[in-house]
Amino acid sequence: MSCSDFNDLDAELTAFGHPGGSSVRAVHDQFHGDLLEVSMGPQHPSTHGVFRMVATLDGEQIVKLKPVFGYLHRNHEKIAENTTYLGSMPYTDRLDYLCSMSTNWAYALAVEKLSGQAVPDRAQYLRIIMAELTRLVNHACLVGFLFNDLGTSFTPLLYAFREREKIIDLFEALSGSRMMCNYQRFGGCRVDPTPEWLAAARTLVENFPRFLDEYERMLTGNEIMLARTQGIGRLDPAHAVNAGLTGPVLRASGVDYDLRKVDGYGFYPRFDFRVPLGAQGDTYDRYMLRILEMRESVKILVQAFRDLPGGPIMDPKAKLRSFRPKAGEAYGRLEGPKGELGFYLISDGTPNPYRYRVRPPSLINLTLLEEMCLGHTIADAVVILGSIDIVLGEVDR
Amino acid sequence: MLGSGIINGLIVTAKNFVGSYHDPKRMVTVEYPEQRTVLPENYRNFPFLISENATDPMGTLRCVACQICEKECPPQCIIIEKSKDKKPDASGKPQLYPAVFGIDTSVCMSCQICVEVCPFDAIKMDQVFEIAATDRFHDLFLTREKLAKPNSYYHQIHPTEAAEVDGRLNTERKAAEEKAKAAAAAKAAAAAAKSVPVAGVADPGPASPRPATPIQPASAPAAPATSPVPKPQDEPRSSPAGEGGPANPAS
Repeated sequence: MSCSDFNDLDAELTAFGHPGGSSVRAVHDQFHGDLLEVSMGPQHPSTHGVFRMVATLDGEQIVKLKPVFGYLHRNHEKIAENTTYLGSMPYTDRLDYLCSMSTNWAYALAVEKLSGQAVPDRAQYLRIIMAELTRLVNHACLVGFLFNDLGTSFTPLLYAFREREKIIDLFEALSGSRMMCNYQRFGGCRVDPTPEWLAAARTLVENFPRFLDEYERMLTGNEIMLARTQGIGRLDPAHAVNAGLTGPVLRASGVDYDLRKVDGYGFYPRFDFRVPLGAQGDTYDRYMLRILEMRESVKILVQAFRDLPGGPIMDPKAKLRSFRPKAGEAYGRLEGPKGELGFYLISDGTPNPYRYRVRPPSLINLTLLEEMCLGHTIADAVVILGSIDIVLGEVDR
Repeated sequence: MLGSGIINGLIVTAKNFVGSYHDPKRMVTVEYPEQRTVLPENYRNFPFLISENATDPMGTLRCVACQICEKECPPQCIIIEKSKDKKPDASGKPQLYPAVFGIDTSVCMSCQICVEVCPFDAIKMDQVFEIAATDRFHDLFLTREKLAKPNSYYHQIHPTEAAEVDGRLNTERKAAEEKAKAAAAAKAAAAAAKSVPVAGVADPGPASPRPATPIQPASAPAAPATSPVPKPQDEPRSSPAGEGGPANPAS
């Protein structure tokens, strides 16, 4: 890259109000070095899938970063418009393949809103149990991968996966599949858990804080980890809100916005839990927020197991085949482990949706990657990307 | 103290390392080909077809080729061709059967929707997961010969579900039989009531006692009520014992 490119960049940076702009300029003036363009990905192991970052470096500092995605595009929305409402349900498993249970629920919420379908109490509780177990799975994976990105190769990841495996086994025993659960239906859930399953899930949940304590003892106080994450990838709340960020990334910047509280979908208003918030908005806050959210999820799960009512799991009026909602539109959203996951549907009275649109939290959280990475090194960019928590199945759809 | 965090972490790692030799909670690895975990009962992999009788799997398929699963399958991996003729099913009622039934397992995504929409409990999920093959076109495309498995196998892999399904089918079949019996009795009574005057009036002579009287359509139903003559029936078993339609449109 030439110096003129860099001047444009600098103008961009100052226009965006980034504090790092002037220091980058100073470094550049001192050394008069050329800028180096590094293309990371799409097959790089630390980009969490087929994702590419085109970083422009000045020395070691990132002065420009362009995320490139779309390598995993599978035409999800168009496929859904050409299949029945029920037929899209297994495809939603493949959006965010780590959290299929909550993705199923988001889609079911949208369709239930569209058709005015009621859901029995037991199914509502089961959905909350599944969604919170999914949050444990997702956040355990996330902190594991985050430490993998930091360079602690595999030990923390495998400790996290050991716990995740137990939950995944529960999902398998219930729904038949470890990750592609396909569990929710319009108007309820597919399988009723047995008392043994519930007992196993309850013991798992009760033992989960022990794992968190061990994990935190191992890593939260680690000086190398603190040096690598504190103050890295800072994101101020105004930018986060303007870019439409949601989920843990937004809350780590100190914005109190959790759809479980704001929307109160499902039976969440009946539960007593708190929404953890970050103060600095850096990578460390994003890590700690996940740990705290897992602790809150455990609280919700304990309450859900305590209050789980009996009764049917499917609404008797729910239709499996020849399901045709009336013409209209609906947007169903929920607080997924990664942020606001929404499905927007337009029905024209036929068995297929006329329009089907996903609001993927991963993609929208990814938009501020450059903002967080400017002024840091490539090694930090990897960690920042890890702390945003993307799944490429959802980004590219 | 600087470094205490690292030392704490090392203590945890050491505990896990030592524990991985004696503590069952930390011994999580299963040496797969030698050791195997027990598959949960709900585990699903690819669909298979249920046949009532293990000795004649092709003759006793529960599938009646209604093609609902073919239509509902999201990735459209099921191919069905209806038969031209009919075979009696478990309750003795003549039904269509699939002349061709194929599942392309390289397309199938194991979503279980075919199982949920099947009104005849004819297709269920299998648990065989060691299905590596060298030919992706012939070995991964399962024909009905490869798909058919006896009901006893279903009981073996999904015991509770199979017991529930069998109970439901048995009650349905009993109800269908009773209804058929009642319908047949009613028909016989009606036919007897009508055939007495008809036989007296027509009196066609010694040769061809029954077919010579097709002029009165009401007299026909008595004879073919139980014989499995192919009839133009569209819905297979949804209206059990609905054999009351030999109105003989040909004549």
